[in-house]
Amino acid sequence: MVATTTFSVAEALRKEGLSQADYDEIVRRLGRAPNRAELGMFGVMWSEHCCYRNSRPLLRGFPTEGPRILVGPGENAGVVDLGEGQHLAFKIESHNHPSAVEPFQGAATGVGGILRDIFTMGARPIALLNALRFGPLEDERNVGLMEGVVAGIAHYGNCVGVPTVGGEVAFDPSYSGNPLVNAMALGLMETPEIVRSGAEGVGNPVVYVGSTTGRDGMGGASFASAELTAASLDDRPAVQVGDPFLEKGLIEACLEAFKSGDVVAAQDMGAAGLTCSCSEMAAKGGVGVELDLDRVPAREAGMSAYEYLLSESQERMLFVVRAGREEPLMERFRRWGLQAAVVGRVLAEPIVRVLQHGEVAAEVPANALADDTPINHHELINEPPADLLAHWHWREDQLPEASIDGIAIAKGTLGWAAVLEKLLDDPTIASKRWVWRQYDHQVQANTVVPPGGADAAVVRLRPQQGEGSLTAVTRGVAATVDCPNRWVALDPERGAIAAVAEAARNLSCVGAEPLAVTDNLNFPSPDTDRGYWQLALACRGLAEACRALGTPVTGGNVSLYNETRLSDGQMQPIHPTPVVGMVGLVHDLAQVTGLAWCTPGDAIWLLGVPLETICETAANEERLSLAGSSYLECIHGLVTGRPPRTDLELEVRVQAFLRLAIASGLVTSAHDLADGGLAVALAEASIASGLGATVQLPPGEVRLDRLLFSEGGARLLVSVPASRTGPWQAALERAGALADQAWAERLGQVITEPQLTLSRGDQLVLTSALAPLAERYEQALPRRLGARG
Amino acid sequence: MTLGVVVFPGSNCDRDVRWATEGCLGLPTRFLWHEERDLSGLEAIVLPGGFSYGDYLRCGAIARFAPVLEEVKAFAERGGAVLGICNGFQVLTELGLLPGALTRNRHLHFLCEPSRLTVEPGPCRWLRRYSSGETITLPIAHGEGRYQVDPDQLKMLEDQGSIVLRYATNPNGSVGDVAGVTNAAGNVLGLMPHPERACDPATGGVDGRRLLESLLG
Repeated sequence: MVATTTFSVAEALRKEGLSQADYDEIVRRLGRAPNRAELGMFGVMWSEHCCYRNSRPLLRGFPTEGPRILVGPGENAGVVDLGEGQHLAFKIESHNHPSAVEPFQGAATGVGGILRDIFTMGARPIALLNALRFGPLEDERNVGLMEGVVAGIAHYGNCVGVPTVGGEVAFDPSYSGNPLVNAMALGLMETPEIVRSGAEGVGNPVVYVGSTTGRDGMGGASFASAELTAASLDDRPAVQVGDPFLEKGLIEACLEAFKSGDVVAAQDMGAAGLTCSCSEMAAKGGVGVELDLDRVPAREAGMSAYEYLLSESQERMLFVVRAGREEPLMERFRRWGLQAAVVGRVLAEPIVRVLQHGEVAAEVPANALADDTPINHHELINEPPADLLAHWHWREDQLPEASIDGIAIAKGTLGWAAVLEKLLDDPTIASKRWVWRQYDHQVQANTVVPPGGADAAVVRLRPQQGEGSLTAVTRGVAATVDCPNRWVALDPERGAIAAVAEAARNLSCVGAEPLAVTDNLNFPSPDTDRGYWQLALACRGLAEACRALGTPVTGGNVSLYNETRLSDGQMQPIHPTPVVGMVGLVHDLAQVTGLAWCTPGDAIWLLGVPLETICETAANEERLSLAGSSYLECIHGLVTGRPPRTDLELEVRVQAFLRLAIASGLVTSAHDLADGGLAVALAEASIASGLGATVQLPPGEVRLDRLLFSEGGARLLVSVPASRTGPWQAALERAGALADQAWAERLGQVITEPQLTLSRGDQLVLTSALAPLAERYEQALPRRLGARG
Repeated sequence: MTLGVVVFPGSNCDRDVRWATEGCLGLPTRFLWHEERDLSGLEAIVLPGGFSYGDYLRCGAIARFAPVLEEVKAFAERGGAVLGICNGFQVLTELGLLPGALTRNRHLHFLCEPSRLTVEPGPCRWLRRYSSGETITLPIAHGEGRYQVDPDQLKMLEDQGSIVLRYATNPNGSVGDVAGVTNAAGNVLGLMPHPERACDPATGGVDGRRLLESLLG
């Protein structure tokens, strides 16, 4: 007999974010009306955060299989085979809403949560990355959010001893009040078998380990699935508080426990806490779980069943353990100062049964909660929204005249060097040193490429523990997170394609072979035509590009309703932001290339879409554009146009060639052309090295700003040592890079003097000493963040 | 010649020290769990970086009560070589083996970056392979590395040659640019920079090698 409670159904449904139709379905599945605790369980399990009720049909289009994929979507994290017996677990997850109301703890617990997803699989976390979005730093509130988020990530990652090795940060007014905090973690498997989450073995004990359960983080998953308003600050109790010190012990104790072979299944308690872990473990194992709340270690007295079940207290895990082995297992956890208690057992009957005070507080068929969850059906509009179509009509010839002296703007002519300085001062482009110097990026002693050193982070694959931990290792893993959100806002499909292409390009630039993707879909409400269209087209773009680049999706996270209700009642949606996290394999660490020039005299080459595209088709003309570019926004104040179409075929070819060239020692640096185009990429390679460059732009009719600042996929810079000229030319010829529709051109060379000079014919276009460029680039963030530290 | 590396709950550079000493330099290295008391066979002890006991209350304040540290203290007082890196330095000051205290960085940020240091080896056993006035680069990675000591005591430390490492550019507001301090006998060294992160050319510089190699005699 299940305990009954009296409550207002309408009010409870509103609180749980459920509809009347959901309620009717719950009654149908249970064969009776749910009590309050049961309704709460359905509320969290049927939230977008837990069951993708809006996005699931769209996610089905992703490629998820490949020769290296060991675990795809559905488990705590994806796992890829790195060869030589090494397996890598990785995953990305958002903590946007919590960070909006409590930036420090919101971001910190985002890191804690993603780490648990990794070590729950039996993998030791070896690296963290993050993708962050904030509103403009001219607004003090955004400064406060950024300070808090960065400090929170630093606090958790530094303390837990996992290096934060990379990431990206971008700014746009649409993120004011709704910052994005996506954390990605990588882990190296330490157990021979991947630890799964499906419960097995009727009668096996269910063991709770880690921290105690309290009222913190109540209903976080439902909270994460609604838009933010001024009243959201009142939801601060829905934000959990993290304890990285406890998590550090939990990592060590869990990995010891998994190696003992006594753990049958494991699930971390993240969103939806005990409810989610019990029902997922039961449903995946096709069995039941009985949970006795009186045995759950609690940090406060008098909690109701509802509160126990929905608590999102951090640093907790649930295990199914081989019967008879629970005592030695729990002893391991106590040694690390952690809680450990038998809280239930595996049942043959496939139900989740929750006991409290000798009563059945809740009893729900496991699959009723976790399987065949409801889907919100949305109609996909056939045409892009009218305002976007209007944007797509924008043409470059609408810009003022570009002369050798510069670009005409309202205040007169802005010289090209001044334009470059302004772009380098744009917070989205500028150096993120202010951010990453707060992250311990070296702990674990495997960081080969530190933040800012190359287009992707590179971590050596030397295990921390056991065999191989004390011998030099020459292989590594590279990782990156990318999303050109302005492009996605202007064209979700092209933008999403570009995100995948850029991620793969960044990996290729360090010489890594791209392997697989984890994606974090940060979107506004899918309940509007526009919102759902953005989501659907971005998913289509991700699927297409992942297929073309051979990088399957192994899982990720969906965060919807990222919008803020402004004081005038208007909704402000964020730029749709499908962040692509990608991992790649570095076969030989000795060959890894950074983005900085290496030696004066090295030749600078552009690979990919040529500067002055002579096009046979209109489609090819769209591969490069000022539409949607940083230049257009920073200099002309315009976010408009149809962003370029990434040439995926060329992308694949150029990246393969680059990786081969790096492996053959033909190039000494490689850098992707991204925000700000050629001029910014040249400046970045120069600033990073302290070496200058002289570059000859092709003669012709193309607008100078298009040559300097246009953006588009499949483009990158390399430098080639003079001593390798012969083999380099031969390799280009073999690859067909110099034939018809050439995709390699020599631009100039690296010089000793710290000066960047670009000419066209005999005319000087831009010349600048590196010092002022570096000053702009390095000081852009400190200057706006109060120059602190 | 065996080196002991103390492991507290929350230590996170313990394995990095072992990688540097045993993996890169070939010095046999043994972990010492914080509840252990047996230091037999050890010729030097390293207190590694991290967040011992979560650094609750105050960095190193709880760690000083660990059973292993009673033995380490006695070991140091007998003249044994003891090295405290980062959090280990904080523990040494809490333990009273070194003077002063380490507080939140000026500007309150955690900082992870290379730092240029000037070495004045003085009586310090750990620094005997460096020359006086030599400049080296070691990474720092700390949020609470601002060395504090009163002016008289600073003067006294300077006079006895105990200030063995100073920042070329002070990153955290330490008095007198102090990055590392030794005791009068020179057997105990505490420093905020991480020598173990500068032993492996694959991941950075090698200026920390001679510090750890000094144990080779």
